Amino acid sequence: MRDFIRYLPHTEEDIRKMLDAIGVKKLEDLFQIIPNEYRLSNPLNLPEPFSETDLLRHFQGLQVPIMSSFLGAGAHYHFIPAVVSSLVSRSEFYTAYTPYQPEISQGTLQAIFEYQTLMCQLTGMEVSNASLYDGASSLAEAVLMANRITRRKKVLLSLGIHPEYRRVIQTYIDPDQQEIVLIPYQKDEGRTDEKILFDLLKEDVSAVVIQNPNFFGVIEDLHPIAERIHNCGGLMIVGFSEAIAYGILQPPGAMGADIVAGEGQSLGIPVSYGGPYLGIFTTRERFVRNMPGRLVGETIDLDGKRGFVLTLATREQHIRRERATSNICTNEGLCALMATVFLSCLGKEGLKELTMMNLSKTEYAKKVISRIRGCKLNFTAPTFNEFVLRIEGKPEEVLEKLKKEKILGGFSLAKFYPELDHHLLVTVTEMNKKEEIDRWANTLERALNG
Amino acid sequence: MAEIEREKEKRDKFMTTIKDTGLIQDEPLIFEQGGEGRKGYSLPRWDVEEVEVNHFISSHVLRKELEGFPQLSEVDVVRHFTRLSQWNYGVDSGLYPLGSCTMKYNPKVNEEIARMSGFSNIHPYAPEDLSQGILRLMYELQSFLAEITGMDDVTLQPAAGAQGELAGMMMVRACLQARGEKRKKVLVPDTAHGTNCSTSTIASYQMVEIKSNEKGIISLEKVAELMDEEVAAIMVTNPNTLGLFEEHLSKIAEIVHRQGGFVYCDGANLNALMGIVKLGDLGVDVVHINLHKTFSTPHGGGGPGAGPVAIKKELAPYLPIPVVEKRGEIYRLNDDRPQSIGKMKAFYGNFGVLIRAYAYILSMGAEGLKRVSGMAVLNANYLMKRLKDHYYLPYDRPCMHECVFTDRFQERYHVSTLDIAKRLIDYGFHPPTIYFPLVVKGALMMEPTETESKESIDRFIETMIEIAKEAEENPDLLRQAPQRVKVRRLDEVLAARKPKLKWTAPSPFPSP
Amino acid sequence: MKFPEGLFYTESHEWVKDEGSQVTIGLTDYAQSQLKDIVYVDIPEVGSEFKKGDSIGVVESVKTVADIYSPITGKVTDENFTLKDHPQFVNEDPYGKGWLVKMEIQDREELKGLLSSKAYQGSLPEEL
Repeated sequence: MRDFIRYLPHTEEDIRKMLDAIGVKKLEDLFQIIPNEYRLSNPLNLPEPFSETDLLRHFQGLQVPIMSSFLGAGAHYHFIPAVVSSLVSRSEFYTAYTPYQPEISQGTLQAIFEYQTLMCQLTGMEVSNASLYDGASSLAEAVLMANRITRRKKVLLSLGIHPEYRRVIQTYIDPDQQEIVLIPYQKDEGRTDEKILFDLLKEDVSAVVIQNPNFFGVIEDLHPIAERIHNCGGLMIVGFSEAIAYGILQPPGAMGADIVAGEGQSLGIPVSYGGPYLGIFTTRERFVRNMPGRLVGETIDLDGKRGFVLTLATREQHIRRERATSNICTNEGLCALMATVFLSCLGKEGLKELTMMNLSKTEYAKKVISRIRGCKLNFTAPTFNEFVLRIEGKPEEVLEKLKKEKILGGFSLAKFYPELDHHLLVTVTEMNKKEEIDRWANTLERALNG
Repeated sequence: MAEIEREKEKRDKFMTTIKDTGLIQDEPLIFEQGGEGRKGYSLPRWDVEEVEVNHFISSHVLRKELEGFPQLSEVDVVRHFTRLSQWNYGVDSGLYPLGSCTMKYNPKVNEEIARMSGFSNIHPYAPEDLSQGILRLMYELQSFLAEITGMDDVTLQPAAGAQGELAGMMMVRACLQARGEKRKKVLVPDTAHGTNCSTSTIASYQMVEIKSNEKGIISLEKVAELMDEEVAAIMVTNPNTLGLFEEHLSKIAEIVHRQGGFVYCDGANLNALMGIVKLGDLGVDVVHINLHKTFSTPHGGGGPGAGPVAIKKELAPYLPIPVVEKRGEIYRLNDDRPQSIGKMKAFYGNFGVLIRAYAYILSMGAEGLKRVSGMAVLNANYLMKRLKDHYYLPYDRPCMHECVFTDRFQERYHVSTLDIAKRLIDYGFHPPTIYFPLVVKGALMMEPTETESKESIDRFIETMIEIAKEAEENPDLLRQAPQRVKVRRLDEVLAARKPKLKWTAPSPFPSP
Repeated sequence: MKFPEGLFYTESHEWVKDEGSQVTIGLTDYAQSQLKDIVYVDIPEVGSEFKKGDSIGVVESVKTVADIYSPITGKVTDENFTLKDHPQFVNEDPYGKGWLVKMEIQDREELKGLLSSKAYQGSLPEEL
């Protein structure tokens, strides 16, 4: 028998005894209900099974080379303490199911309660769910939730929102039920164009959606926007793709946000070619019954001991079925746990220091390239750990030259913003050493100036 | 001085909660421990000058304080989460017979592979010519899943089964719109999982329920009666949530197709069919697959999972973007697809989950997967046969990979499905799924999966028989269960009436 | 289980108290016993208008959600605000403290289509 048998404990003796107990002669008899004309007579066309060693070798051959990276745009390279992967590898956490039997799931449930608390603290909001799939789908759910609350049709989306997030929102929205209006960014500053936004803020607007920091790394000023949208009876939704920014920036809750929906990948989750990530979703207490996703609440048991349970389940699909707030069934449990462990390690001081390091390294990078001919900072507004460079030269060619030196020097914006066809989005984090930044700048200079 | 007193008070409060709990230790929240100055991290060295924040960012957008954030040492963090983990039960702890969840063993080599830095450290916007290994992996996984389900094309993007369902129904809707048709209804059997219903609503369809017949499956006549040109699709699960094979599926598909509708299949129960029958051959047009069920990726305590969707080629133009393609020997991401429904999430899918499923399929091969389904069905039928004299079996027919009992025999002792489930915990088992599917009152849905040995199942059977006896002779044991646990039955009414969804710092003022 | 005479009942388990130009509406003892511990009640605002048979809100227990249907056509004139903090009143005193809304009735003929206490009891499952 092949090696896969290590996952299949039945011996021929076991099988015989079980078939006898059931009262059939052979295994095929158990599949009699399947009409003959559809029973497969040939095996599936799949590769021959790999032994464990060959499997590892096969994957080693598929691995992608790692380079010096200045890529961000929704997926950020950050330090992940060894403690995170060590704790999350405990099989009691990762081989467990959704905690529907709370008496034997207090580990998962307490950890999610801690996660919910941390997310409220991070975003400055009153209540958090147990996580959604990722920042993009989280933001889409926020838009759907605003529609349920206000019953209005129009949603204003800033063009400063990650283009993939905007595409996801457009996919989720039924054009017969909701209308999306895009708000441009201010060409010099890089912030959402307030003037155009304010002109559109009327009583037919359900919500305005802004990302902070936005896709260009620029820090938005949310206070005046919140005031205006609230005056017309609409909601302010704030998205984000760089969660650690709120270690240094005013959280959306303090700026008047009604719903905050963004990406938590920066909190101890590897970039992993785009997933699995972590959809953070927080809101005001008065909206809790409209919130999608799972919720963990505190309660007591028969002996008066504190314990945790899934609660307010009546919003969810398994009870409300066709009238559910969403069709979500899974969350990103293990990713939420990684974020919880990460923030437990860093704590108050660690998060502050991490954000200062990101800011300082980014400002260093800006300083270094300011001396280079052929490129300049494109936007004037303050940024966190990402910024846009305007370069003299074709981005594809420049990036190709950097790639030959094993540097992923930035992200060409032309794909998503055709008007920004000579522009690169550059991301610098605590993981970029000073020498690395210097080398990037020197190589960029050579690439631009021959 | 006040600070020191507060610290002492916190410590004293914690000490009084430590009882003789043995190894199921008490553990407070992270916010209730640690203290000023404790540090649990080691960041990269400062090799640039720390900037003066106010020079770059105006103070009115700067954060003043990270209220309530913990301050713990590394040892604190490790102790805390280690203790928490010990209160949990995972597949690695024991049998986990949750129906329609397929809690099978998660191979450890797949964990090692997923952690390789040439996968976990790769940015989704890394240049395609460098990422060929990853793109090849995704392309091959697509072809494996298409082969197993008998379909033409696959998207790996959806992050979970429910998201896959939504993507599938959106593709159906897009296809009908392209034909110029605006159908309003979706047929959903009463045995369907809740996500099928909520998905139809979110996809802007009106749900029409089909009642299952006395055999527990969808009747052909009912479909013929309800099918018309207003119906966009029928959403089936095969095998269904009663563990029964929908034997009329191919004829049902004919009726639906004849009137221009689609057949959507919820693939949650695929574990019963691999290498035995292909859903595509039965007339299914679109099916989502739960990698965290059938393909052994870990459940994670509630995610992350992955819900790829396999389709017939008619729906191909509507696949979410980007699509992973192969041109000659090169793999690429193509988002030049004008009719695509768009995107379900950013980037390409839960790659960290996809890689584990790919590794699983390579480890098993065709022979292994067929044996998986064979053993899964064997285990469930064995379980069913040996328990049917002790628990009421509403559909006494051969099952597939799961079976459904009820508490009808135990009702006379005033013992319910809930009590039976909670008593199983005292015996060291995770309970089966309870109170689902809704068509059966007091359902106990059990799916042992193929990775359970005969001894493991025999132990479970013996326990269930013992519990049935207890129900008759000493029902209080069930009603008071569970006893040997971290917490006993919890007050869910209180949790719902007065929701407390986060920790809040205790008030500095003394209570009146 | 109680089903007071002098009230009207509906097949969807609401009771109706005729008060002349307006009616008081609540859920029957049978309904609350089926739902078990009620955790939340969602009732419409004063001024909302409904047709007979419309869903006017929901009542939630831990594991179920049930619609409340309007037995008449009319406008809501009062809602029981105490249910916000004390949803359990619906369980404890379904015909008294647990009342849901008061509505101004448009067409008194509609009351004729409702069930009497005896007829309602007769419609319930036999186990009772």
